[in-house]
Amino acid sequence: MNYSSPHIWLIIAALGVGTFLIRFSFLGLIGARRLPPWVLRHLRYTPVAVLPGLVAPLILWPEATGGNLDAPRLLAACATVLAGLLTKNTLMAIIAGAVTLYGALFLLG
Amino acid sequence: MNAQTNRSSYLRGILDGVPIVFVAAPFAMLFGAIATEAGLTILQVMGFSVVVIAGAAQFTALQLMNDNASTILVLATSLVVNLRMAMYSAAMAPHLGDAPLWQRATIAYMNFDQTYALSQAEYERAPNQPIARKVAYFFGTATPLIPVWYGFTLVGALIGATIPPEYALDFAMPITFLALIAPALKSAAHVAAAVTSVIVALALAWMPSGLGLIVAAIAAMLVGAQIEQWSERRAS
Repeated sequence: MNYSSPHIWLIIAALGVGTFLIRFSFLGLIGARRLPPWVLRHLRYTPVAVLPGLVAPLILWPEATGGNLDAPRLLAACATVLAGLLTKNTLMAIIAGAVTLYGALFLLG
Repeated sequence: MNAQTNRSSYLRGILDGVPIVFVAAPFAMLFGAIATEAGLTILQVMGFSVVVIAGAAQFTALQLMNDNASTILVLATSLVVNLRMAMYSAAMAPHLGDAPLWQRATIAYMNFDQTYALSQAEYERAPNQPIARKVAYFFGTATPLIPVWYGFTLVGALIGATIPPEYALDFAMPITFLALIAPALKSAAHVAAAVTSVIVALALAWMPSGLGLIVAAIAAMLVGAQIEQWSERRAS
């Protein structure tokens, strides 16, 4: 990470202000007006629109292995998704992924 | 009498909020540990959890900062992750819109996935209760959560500085993201949005850090919304 300390604080502050304004928007400024259905329809997908694209390169080209696909990491990724789909529980999915990762790193060396 | 019912709404909020703590604590600890490993000082790590107070966006910002993305892309991408909260704000407005400004501002700061979900369910169950009771309930749900979020970020930051690299903490971040995504794949439209996001982001990986991701996110949102509309039309 090549950011100076003031730069990092700028990111933290701007992200804090931006996030607060998003949360405050209707509650504080716009009032009890309803959002048009087409806006709601797009907002519903914001987390699943960003996070998968963010995570895909991390799994296919992990930095720790010099960008090469790595069996323990790939197995851990699959286990996490599977557990998340089955349990609908983020914490259970993290545990399943971590156990698989350490298990596979131990077995496959 | 009134003060007493407000108090009981507040206490009920606390009781409903306690189970969330068990999810928030490890999540906060993970953020603290990974952010410290990535090179942030303890004060900066705490700054994220106190000022931003939004787990998924904090992890997103951290990952893009790891890639040395430009400031504007770090901010834009992380804020897109948080855009869903505009929806929460809009859902709370009919119930809490007439509360005093300081209360609305405090609620906005504490409006997370979990406090929103609990309060929304409570207001739907009893829509005509006085606004002071609705506010009291909301404050209740956030009361156990916030100190735990701050405190366990600190615990994670202190631990993170001592974890050696062979523990593969590099992969804690991808696992966390996947663990957030999988339970959110609630419909075909969500799956289509996620798949679009992956394909476009990989195809545009040659772009400067974060830029391809923003394009992928917009494409994925459009695809998700479009498929939702199609399936609704087909159903009706």
